[in-house]
Amino acid sequence: MDQKTEKSNLIEGATGEWEVVIGMEVHAQVTSNAKLFSGASTEFGGEPNSHVSLVDAAMPGMLPVINEGCIAKAIRTGLGLKAQINLSSVFDRKNYFYPDLPQGYQISQYKNPIVGEGEVIVDLLGGERVVVGIERLHLEQDAGKSLHDQHPQYSFVDLNRSGVALMEIVSKPDLRSSDQAKAYVSKLRTIMRYLGTCDGNMEQGSLRADINVSVRRPGDPFGTRCEIKNVNSIRFIGQAIEHEARRQIDILEEGGTIVQETRLFDAKTGETRSMRSKEEAHDYRYFPDPDLLPLELTQGFVDGLAQNLPELPDAKRARFIADYGLSPYDADVLIIERESADYFEAVAKDRDAKQAANWVINELFGRLNKEGRDIVDSPVTADQLGSILDLIKAGTISGKIAKDVFDIVWTEGGDPKAIVEGRGLTQVTDMGAIEKAVDEVIAANPDKAEQAKTKPALAGWFVGQVMKVTGGKASPQAVNTLLKQKLGIE
Amino acid sequence: MSVDRATVRRIAHLARLAITAEEEARLEKELSGILDWVAQLDELDTSNVEPMTRVAAMTMKKREDRITDGFCAGDILKNAPMADDHYFVVPKIVE
Repeated sequence: MDQKTEKSNLIEGATGEWEVVIGMEVHAQVTSNAKLFSGASTEFGGEPNSHVSLVDAAMPGMLPVINEGCIAKAIRTGLGLKAQINLSSVFDRKNYFYPDLPQGYQISQYKNPIVGEGEVIVDLLGGERVVVGIERLHLEQDAGKSLHDQHPQYSFVDLNRSGVALMEIVSKPDLRSSDQAKAYVSKLRTIMRYLGTCDGNMEQGSLRADINVSVRRPGDPFGTRCEIKNVNSIRFIGQAIEHEARRQIDILEEGGTIVQETRLFDAKTGETRSMRSKEEAHDYRYFPDPDLLPLELTQGFVDGLAQNLPELPDAKRARFIADYGLSPYDADVLIIERESADYFEAVAKDRDAKQAANWVINELFGRLNKEGRDIVDSPVTADQLGSILDLIKAGTISGKIAKDVFDIVWTEGGDPKAIVEGRGLTQVTDMGAIEKAVDEVIAANPDKAEQAKTKPALAGWFVGQVMKVTGGKASPQAVNTLLKQKLGIE
Repeated sequence: MSVDRATVRRIAHLARLAITAEEEARLEKELSGILDWVAQLDELDTSNVEPMTRVAAMTMKKREDRITDGFCAGDILKNAPMADDHYFVVPKIVE
């Protein structure tokens, strides 16, 4: 067993327990205006071949010139991964032929990447924490896109994506379950979105993962691994790992051996299948690209970038727990998106932070999820939600009415205070009025009132009745106190 | 350092070059000769020498992150043997 082995992550086979070992290569598109080595646009969804320069199309005599914005973003990402930044790195050619690769090689970094070893702390929502080692991060070009469904005999090629900057982030084989792998990719996405270095948009292909999966008996050396290529959603990453681990366990339990190979995940069936074996194609004959000098950076340049990093997710999480007294779970949920964290802080400022967190997580996120909307276009602003909380605190409305006010603000907009006053939602704190309602309810239900003396749980039913009579506006505390007195419950 | 016939064939295949048996024989000799010639450098101890990447002291030229190029699909596709609706059209790629 190694220190990453957790009993709860083991998979039960027919002949005993197995451990899955996962390493990932995440390809993250650098957020940039222009491509890594040309001035063509990186914008998604342009007309075919409109975002292509003669460099991207590999016309003879064209020379690559590196985009310094992409260099800065790769370093920012490296700093966010607490990684070694290499002041000298080299671009190499990775040679292979494919119709979406007009150069006949991909410019990548092989022996000397721009970023070396680092680490990512991954907190799973169940409370489990894993520290995942980063092996390296390097810059490389994306390839074009082929469409195979346009014609029975031909494929159509669009080079708009060709030459767009990617960061390939390689983890160590430190992951031990599909949940850990999913949480790791989510965390990378969160870190890069905080840094503004990758938008993390998986539908548009800005974040894709190659997943190396092997299985072993706990305590054994690593087994033979298979690589699942190009998985483009976090849910699919989980499915692909689950299926692949089970496939390998079945083979081993039947006395077979695992063949190291590249596999594809089929989202329709949820299964992985072998790609045609192309051993030879893996002879990439890397060599330093003679068109590009080594990339040399000064420590001052790196330090300048380090000074301008935003507060990162781990620091924010720790601060939310320490300063606001939030539970680790609430902090984890709030920090996933920087915009959510900012929203929460705006609501929590000078207010009860736990109550603010509850409202943001349960009411706001719940409603946003239900309607498929994003925090940045939330119909209820942080100021509006803040005033609703102020109204609760002042005793003007009950928590229940507050939910109604939230709903009104969500659908109609407006100032919560004005809504409460204008629509007569103000909580009744006039003891006389509440007492009258309590008396009415007791008088109308003499049997139940008698029972309540021996069955105090019935008081809850009376509270409900009184609230009904008062249109939910009676102060719950006042109702409780009065009921207990009048029913003679201690 | 010598290159055998199988290596010549493999390199040619990786480079997608169709070569005849005669050419294989000639290339086997030529490639071996080139490698032997370069191998003379091994006579020197270069363990403490940085690899030379440039003859003049210069650093890599960089660009700002600005869109300065593209929007010329017509030019890009001018030499394409087949094109349709601004796509390159190639024999079906089967995976």
